[in-house]
Amino acid sequence: MTGFLLRRLGGAALVLLALTALLYAIFYVAPGDVAQIACGPRCSPAQVAQVTEQLRLDDPVYVQYAHFLQGIVAGRDFSTGTGTEHCAMPCLGVSYQSDQQVTQLILAKLPVTGSLVIGAFAGWLLLGVGTGVLSAWRRGRLTERVLTWLTLAGSATPVFVIGLLLIIVFCSTLQWLPAPSYVPFTENPEQWAWGLLLPWTSLALIESAKYARLTRSAMLETLAEDHVRTFRAYGVGERAIIGRHALRGAVAPVIALSALDFGSMFGGAVLTESLFGIPGIGRELVHAVKVVDLPVVVGMVLVTGFFVVLANAVADLLYALADRRVVLS
Amino acid sequence: MTTRDPLVEVSGLTVDFGPVRAVDGLSFTLEAGGALGVVGESGSGKSASAYALLGLHRGTGARVGGSVRVAGTDVNTADDRELRALRGAGAAMVFQDPLSSLDPYYPVGDQIAEVYRVHRPVSRKAARARAVEVLDRVGIPDAARRSRLRPHEFSGGMRQRALIAMALACEPGLLIADEPTTALDVTVQAQILDLLHDLRHETGMGLLLVTHDVGVAAESVDEVLVMRHGKEVERGPVARVLGAPREPYTKELLAAVPRVETRRVVPVPPQRVAEDEAPLLEAVGLRREFGRGSGRVAAVDGVSLTVHAGRTLGIVGESGSGKTTLGRMLVRLLDPTAGRLRYGGREIGSLPEKELRSFRRDLQMVFQDPVASLNPRRSVGESVADPLRAAGESDEGRIRDRVGELLERVGLDPGRYERYPHEFSGGQRQRVGIARALAAGPKLIVCDEPVSALDVTTQAQVVELLSELQRELGIGLVFIAHDLAVVRQVSDEVAVMRRGVIVEQGSADAVYADPQDPYTRQLLAAVPALDPGLAAARRTARKELARA
Repeated sequence: MTGFLLRRLGGAALVLLALTALLYAIFYVAPGDVAQIACGPRCSPAQVAQVTEQLRLDDPVYVQYAHFLQGIVAGRDFSTGTGTEHCAMPCLGVSYQSDQQVTQLILAKLPVTGSLVIGAFAGWLLLGVGTGVLSAWRRGRLTERVLTWLTLAGSATPVFVIGLLLIIVFCSTLQWLPAPSYVPFTENPEQWAWGLLLPWTSLALIESAKYARLTRSAMLETLAEDHVRTFRAYGVGERAIIGRHALRGAVAPVIALSALDFGSMFGGAVLTESLFGIPGIGRELVHAVKVVDLPVVVGMVLVTGFFVVLANAVADLLYALADRRVVLS
Repeated sequence: MTTRDPLVEVSGLTVDFGPVRAVDGLSFTLEAGGALGVVGESGSGKSASAYALLGLHRGTGARVGGSVRVAGTDVNTADDRELRALRGAGAAMVFQDPLSSLDPYYPVGDQIAEVYRVHRPVSRKAARARAVEVLDRVGIPDAARRSRLRPHEFSGGMRQRALIAMALACEPGLLIADEPTTALDVTVQAQILDLLHDLRHETGMGLLLVTHDVGVAAESVDEVLVMRHGKEVERGPVARVLGAPREPYTKELLAAVPRVETRRVVPVPPQRVAEDEAPLLEAVGLRREFGRGSGRVAAVDGVSLTVHAGRTLGIVGESGSGKTTLGRMLVRLLDPTAGRLRYGGREIGSLPEKELRSFRRDLQMVFQDPVASLNPRRSVGESVADPLRAAGESDEGRIRDRVGELLERVGLDPGRYERYPHEFSGGQRQRVGIARALAAGPKLIVCDEPVSALDVTTQAQVVELLSELQRELGIGLVFIAHDLAVVRQVSDEVAVMRRGVIVEQGSADAVYADPQDPYTRQLLAAVPALDPGLAAARRTARKELARA
């Protein structure tokens, strides 16, 4: 077990290292004059030269990359022109736009996106698995057909359509809910929950569709297996067969998919964040891409990658707990 | 004594799967405490009949007609609640494959407790205690600890014991066993049959045993019902039906069953192997390891044998004995880790693939599963033509002619060149496999369980075909099987394998008539006998062997 954890962590670190190299190559090495971009379009050649020196862009690429890595594991110093500023580890650089440290920027956004993702995640798991169980149980009947149709419609509708519909119905027409906004949990937990209710719902509705289909097909597969026949032949009721024996077979694929979705949602909830005005990582990332704020882009993609890797490692562990035949090695 | 209703009363039972009538007007009764064996080949409707006793066709789309009464319940008209009350408590079922028949995710004891609590209003704890009690009763050592293990941590025999324990939990009046020992090794099969025998005498429960294996029925039941095409062929006391069958089909079935007492019948005695005749294939100290580091195991651990032209070496052993690994090494489908392999006097054990090519056409293999070993997307003619093309033949006309000849030789219509494997029966597919092995004109064929997936009547035909071909072409055969009776029927020499080594080797008559190794004796004592009297004697012999 400990051996597995160590190997898994080592593997995760390697993946992240490869990701940094790739990102570095794409953003810093490929597109030409970084100094010009960093300085801004109206900089004079002298200013650009100054920035080049500040950012040490004259160094060979591998030295620059080594500095970048060093920042992550040990922290580094930045020249600000007037003096030096220390950027503590894990240092992901300094924003070209705001001169803010990227790490600080991300740490400020993380609780926002975290709130959105965790709530929506709970929602789509409950909704998706529940729908899947129900349609496996009611297979071949009207309930199943209606549910199948609904989940198809759910997965085919873009988030901004569902989100807009929800805003129009619940905020404008019925006026049951205030306009969505983000209030930190630490400030006012009640407003935090009300403000996020619609974003959670729209994300959950869309994501739950594939979970419903996955759960349904995994359960139908289990229901056709010999051991389900055994329990039927021993008078065990359909409810216990569905809830105890068939659902168990759906756990593993749901865990695997959850891990991918949960991790990638940290950088991928862009549309939801923009639509509902939530100042999270996704929205910041889009902004950073627009203004070519390279350190912010790289930092945020790296953080998203970190969550994907982390979620998958956790999934492997859960997987082994759920199915004791799995040997961790 | 008042007359009691019979335990099982079936009359005019029909089961239809779509347009196919699987059971066609079956009627029989079974008195309380009686034991009935339902015997038939695949597709005879025996399992479908057994399922109907518990109403297991309900909800599957199959149509069930006629009437079935089990332990006082009218199965075909009972509502779901009544049916659930019958299942497990009035009559319990034991299935064929004990691994897939238990839920992989839960401890065995919990699964038995769950079933017990469906029928008895007891606490979780009391149900767990009952589970341990029945596990102990079916002979699982250290039952309290083992009840917490999951099915994959049990051996095959222990899993089947656990399923029987589940069946016993609610003390049903009837035990329905559907091929309960088909997936097990012969020694384990004997243990399970002995267990069923003892339980029946101890609890007085009735037994309905469904099996394709006449020997298994002879060991376990009082009455036997032979089925074919969904209908009863013959029914009566087991000694009478097996000893003096009246119906032609029963006679045919019994004649096809290989018997361990029957030696190889050879119309023309094979040429004696001269003292100085060089063997076709010779293996010395052959060894094969799998895995790495501390997980390394030797599947074959130093095996030496010889195969002569025109003669058959039978290799017999239980699952995991290494016989398949050995067979694959003999034709170099697997590379030996150590040891020597000489073919026609030349060392080929470590020959690189390129130089091996010239030997490939001489060494061929026939596989166990005729379904899985033929490509379903290619016509059988193409499959048979593969070795010809591999040997460099490129003239399409000649290939067609040769394939036609081969198909005809193995008893298939050469006009079926373009047909696909799914259009053939199991026995016919195995014939295609044999035709493919013959195509290259081999000197030696290794047959790995060539008939174990086939019904006995088909089995007999394929065995006959193999020995015909051998007589005609003078091929050396290696016949690998777990079935001791089949091996005796085809072999001149026999090698008994266990845990990667040959424990006994010699002429078939010597090994079978006077086994020297205790393991060989144990194997032979475990073979089910067709004669119920002999079966009882073997049961006693097994108990003595176990005590010794």
